Amino acid sequence: MDYFVELFFSGLTRGSIYALIALGYTMVYGIIGLINFAHGEIYMIGAFTALIVSTVLSIMGFPLPAIIILTALAAAIWASAYGYTVEKLAYRPLRNAPRLSPLISAIGMSMFLQNYVLLAQTPDFLPFPALIPDFAFMERFAGVIGSSDLVILITTTVIMILLTLLIKFTRTGKAMRATAQDRTMAMLVGINVDHVISVTFILGSALAAIGGMLIASHIGQINFYIGFIAGIKAFTAAVLGGIGSIPGAVLGSFILGLTESFATGYVSSDYEDVFAFSLLVLILIFRPSGLLGKATIEKV
Amino acid sequence: MLELREVCTYYGNIQALRDISLRVEEGEIITLIGANGAGKSTTLMSISGIVPPKRGEILFRGRPIHELSADRIVALGICQVPEGRHIFPDLTVAENLDMGAFLRRDRKGIARDLDYVYSLFPILRERRNQPGGNLSGGEQQMLAISRALMARPQLLLLDEPSMGLAPLVTRQIFEIIRQINREQNTTIFLVEQNANLALKVADRGYVLETGRITMHDRAGALRANRDVQRAYLGI
Repeated sequence: MDYFVELFFSGLTRGSIYALIALGYTMVYGIIGLINFAHGEIYMIGAFTALIVSTVLSIMGFPLPAIIILTALAAAIWASAYGYTVEKLAYRPLRNAPRLSPLISAIGMSMFLQNYVLLAQTPDFLPFPALIPDFAFMERFAGVIGSSDLVILITTTVIMILLTLLIKFTRTGKAMRATAQDRTMAMLVGINVDHVISVTFILGSALAAIGGMLIASHIGQINFYIGFIAGIKAFTAAVLGGIGSIPGAVLGSFILGLTESFATGYVSSDYEDVFAFSLLVLILIFRPSGLLGKATIEKV
Repeated sequence: MLELREVCTYYGNIQALRDISLRVEEGEIITLIGANGAGKSTTLMSISGIVPPKRGEILFRGRPIHELSADRIVALGICQVPEGRHIFPDLTVAENLDMGAFLRRDRKGIARDLDYVYSLFPILRERRNQPGGNLSGGEQQMLAISRALMARPQLLLLDEPSMGLAPLVTRQIFEIIRQINREQNTTIFLVEQNANLALKVADRGYVLETGRITMHDRAGALRANRDVQRAYLGI
C-alpha cells in the first residue's frame, strides 16, 4: 500500500510540473491558436536562470528562504522576457499568415534557443543544488512523500488558484477570455489584443520557469535538452485535457503524471513513455477534442 | 462628424473599396445600402480599424483616425455592432455587457448605462447570468447593441442588425435604434441589406455597388428613385 501511495504522490509531483508547463501551451493556443513549440525551451531557460541565480545568491551568503524566493522571481522574470521576445520576433509578424508559418517559426525558435544555451552554457549535464531542504516534520512520511514533492504540490496549487482568480476576475483576465473567444470582437470593444497576447506569453513563461526551477531542484541536474522532453509531455497533457482549456490542461497533466508514475512503478521505467502516449492516442480516438475540450461547432 | 475621403481598402491583393467618400453629420442616422459583397461591411471594418484602408483618409471630428489601432478608435467613441453579432459565447450576458464598457472607469456611469440597456431590453436582465452563446438570434442582437451602448459611443456603426431575425423582432430592434438616436443623441451609421427598412429610419443614404458609391441622397429621395426601387426595394 505504501508503494502505491508513494507512486501516487510521485505522479502528482510530475503532474504538477507538467501542469505548470501545459498551462502555457494551452493559454497561448486558446488565444492565438498556435502550438508554441518553443515553450519547452522557455522552461529550460527558466531552469538555467534558476541555477545561475541560486548559485550566485548562495555564494553571497543569502539565507535559504531568500534564495528560493529570489531565484523563483528571477527565473520567472527572465524567462518571461524570453517568452515576450519570442512572440514579438517570431510570431507577431506572422499573425495573419497561414497557420503553418508560425508553427514552423516556433520549431525554429525552439531549435535556436536549444543551441543557443548549448553554446552559451555547456552540452553536459550540470548539477543543480537541492533548494528545498528535508523538513524534520516530513521524516514520518519519508518512504511516501519527500519534502520537495510537498513543496512542489503546494506551490503548484497556490499558483493555479491565483491564475484562476486572475483569469476570472481581473480586467486583464476578462480581456484574455474575450480575446480567446472572438479576437475581432475583442478589438471592437477596445481591447488592445497585442497587449493581451504579450501578457499571455509572459504569464505562461513565468509559470514554466517556476516549473523548471522546481523540477531541476527535485531531480538535481539540468542540460540544454530538458525542455524538449518536458515540452512534449506537457503538450501531450494539454491535448489530453483539451487544448485551449485551462482546467483541461491541469487535469490532463495529473492524469499523465499518474499514468507515468504507475507505469514506471509497476511495469518498468522503460515503458513510461509508451503508456503516456498510448493514453494520448486512446483519448484522441474516443474524444478528439480532449477530456474537457469543446467540440468545435460552427453555428451559422 | 465622420468623413471618409477616397478610401481604398484591400484584402490581400483584392480591392474591396474604391475611392469611397462619404460624410456622417452629428446626430443623424445614415445608411449604406447595397448588394452582397458590395463592400458595406468592409467600409465599417475600415472605419473601426480592423481592416485599415490602404489609401485615403478617415476623419473623425476633423482628426485623422485611419492609422490608429482598433482600440484607440473605440476610445474616441466609435463603436461597432458587427455583422453576425459576435457575442462572446462563453461569457455571461452580464459579462458581455461588462466587456462593452472595457475602456471605461466611471463605475457609476457604467451602472447607470447598464440600467438603461436593461430598460431597453428587459429580457437581457432576466438572462444576465446565462452564457451569451445560449441566447436566441434576436436576443443576441439585443445583447450586441447593448454591449456597444455600454461604451457610450458617439457614433454607433451597425452592420445588418436585421440579419436572420423574425420581422417582429426586426421591427422592435429598429424602433430601439431610433430611440437610441433620439434619447442618447447617438449618431448612427447603419448598414443594411433590407434597404426598405433602412431607408425608412435613416435621414440620408448612400448606395454602394462593387466597392464604389454610386448614389447618395436624402432617404426619402432614394426611396422614390426608380433605379433604387428596381435594384434594392423590389418594386
